Amino acid sequence: MTEPHVRLEIPVEGNNFTAAGEAASRVKKTLQKLGIDSTLIRRVAIATYEAEMNIVIHADAGKIVLQVDADGITVLAEDRGKGIPDLEKAMTAGFSTASDRVRAMGFGAGMGLPNIKKCTDYLAIDTEVNIGTKVVMKFNYPAAT
Amino acid sequence: MELRTHSVVLEAEKCKGCTNCIKQCPTEAIRVRNGKAFILTERCIDCGECIRICENHAKKAVATDLETLAHYDYRVALPAPSLYAQFKVEKPEKIIAALYRFGFDEVYEVAFAAELTTCAIQECVENHPKTNAAGPYPLISSSCPVVTRLVQIRFPSLIPNLLPVDPPYITAAKIFLQERLPRLNIPREKVGLFFITPCPAKITDLNNYGQPLVDGALPINLLFGELNSLLPEQGTVQALPLVHHRSGGIGIGWARAGGESWGVNAENALAVDGIQNVARLLEEIELGKFHDIRYIEALACPQGCVGGALTVENPFVARARIQKLAGRDGAHTLSNEVKMMYADLKRQDAHFFTHDKGIPDQSVLRLDRDLAKAIEKLNQLEAILAKLPEIDCGACGSPTCRSLAEDVVQGNAQMTDCLFILREQLEKLARKLLILAQNRPPAMDWANEKEEENDP
Ligand SMILES: Nc1ncnc2c1ncn2[C@@H]1O[C@H](COP(=O)(O)OP(=O)(O)O)[C@@H](O)[C@H]1O
Ligand code: SF4
Ligand code: SF4
Ligand SMILES: [Mg+2]
Repeated sequence: MTEPHVRLEIPVEGNNFTAAGEAASRVKKTLQKLGIDSTLIRRVAIATYEAEMNIVIHADAGKIVLQVDADGITVLAEDRGKGIPDLEKAMTAGFSTASDRVRAMGFGAGMGLPNIKKCTDYLAIDTEVNIGTKVVMKFNYPAAT
Repeated sequence: MELRTHSVVLEAEKCKGCTNCIKQCPTEAIRVRNGKAFILTERCIDCGECIRICENHAKKAVATDLETLAHYDYRVALPAPSLYAQFKVEKPEKIIAALYRFGFDEVYEVAFAAELTTCAIQECVENHPKTNAAGPYPLISSSCPVVTRLVQIRFPSLIPNLLPVDPPYITAAKIFLQERLPRLNIPREKVGLFFITPCPAKITDLNNYGQPLVDGALPINLLFGELNSLLPEQGTVQALPLVHHRSGGIGIGWARAGGESWGVNAENALAVDGIQNVARLLEEIELGKFHDIRYIEALACPQGCVGGALTVENPFVARARIQKLAGRDGAHTLSNEVKMMYADLKRQDAHFFTHDKGIPDQSVLRLDRDLAKAIEKLNQLEAILAKLPEIDCGACGSPTCRSLAEDVVQGNAQMTDCLFILREQLEKLARKLLILAQNRPPAMDWANEKEEENDP
């Protein structure tokens, strides 16, 4: 028997700035319905939004998958796209390969991945050049007080 | 604190059950059941949207009636700055004069308190750490009580972003009680303090403030007609008997959207008005956007307080008037009187303008406090939603198909409240009936044959 859980899968389109943020927004709303602690929701929302934007800006297409169960919250951001050639460099604050056009829209400050790192309790990035990227983010519930 | 008093209420006799209001409510607080609308108390933020939309005028604000004024020997008016936008006058003095003619013994301008509030916000924003790593960003003004309530029930993760500065109507009442009242030599119970309000939310906020500040709140639209007839003639100069502090342009400017941030004059500020716009902005802030913005003025009403649900004048006209009245003196600075009084009051009490009341998380979003149960309910909700047409017709009395699904899960509605589901089930039932009707006892087989003969 699988333990009770909620699963939500949302497709994300590359280069679609009109819909950008919708996946993170739905993840956030789902967590609010579940009564998750609001500080934790904020961390999940910010990390998911950054991961979603990375698909929109840097990849062709992908999806966000949310899974919630008694153990914690997992958000997966998976895409088909150009991948990240140098992950260590990509993780440094301020590093960005975003185009001038994207920067003009206010994105591409190079803070996405560092922020994701800061907001998550566990982060694993699996990426292959010209294939795609898979970002696994996990969050623990705050210790009961 | 579960019990909350609200100012927006429904008059059931007038409600025709039309479902117009349920879609306008920004917190999905209204349901129509048994042909009448009702408001879910824990969700209502007193924004007044339903008052604006209802053609049957079935929603109203509970306020003070004029008879109450008679209970006091000395009556003080605290007019909200938005009152000044309601009349075609070249200066606020005329409106203040009309308030005296109306029967108030003293007028204490909330606009003046707004200038002190401006100082308090400036100081708070200035002292806030400049990087978002150090604290919540952006700061959100808590001048509009609707926005504060909206944050509490729909965006609780933004509670730390709310500026802890009391709104001007609170500060005005506090200063009056502290500074003026002792000099009047009249017992407190004989002095009636009346706030003249553009909206129901400020009434609710004053009622829930914890300590009693005012003795009543009079809606602008209740006083409008009489005040209008009491305005001094064009050109006459009125000597004002007793206005201790006169507001400058900045305080008056608070009545319109953008006025508060114009006064505060902080770097990287933003002003937003209209409850749906505010909700959208808060939604984005929750995703971590706008951390480069320091301070946000957010007002629930279109064009700001001049668009309050209890005002009279068209909000666009009113806003233009305020800009004119506020810009009269041209100067974009606070007077020395304001600055000195601010410093003085702060010296006496460092927290005079700010509050440290913890603003509680009152989220209405969660399905259950127990995670396992919430998970179960959410899955049920999604399963129900999959069966609903998702056209959000509102005929069931819930604002959206999703909210009906939630109402069903919580035991507050039934699947068959949906007309489409009802029709589907009736159709199934009708088919079953037909089959049953055709099912005759074998002894009556002749009847079937006869029927066939009769078929054309
Ligand atoms: N999903 C992705 N696919 C391809 N490249 C990515 C992806 N996510 C991040 N990157 C690369 O890592 C860099 C740093 O990412 P990030 O820290 O989010 O900054 P930004 O998105 O502002 O450029 C990006 O500029 C990009 O080169
Ligand atoms: S006042 Fe606003 S929140 Fe309350 S029921 Fe009316 S529309 Fe909804
Ligand atoms: S914007 Fe002003 S008038 Fe409207 S609800 Fe807020 S405080 Fe009241
Ligand atoms: Mg990024």
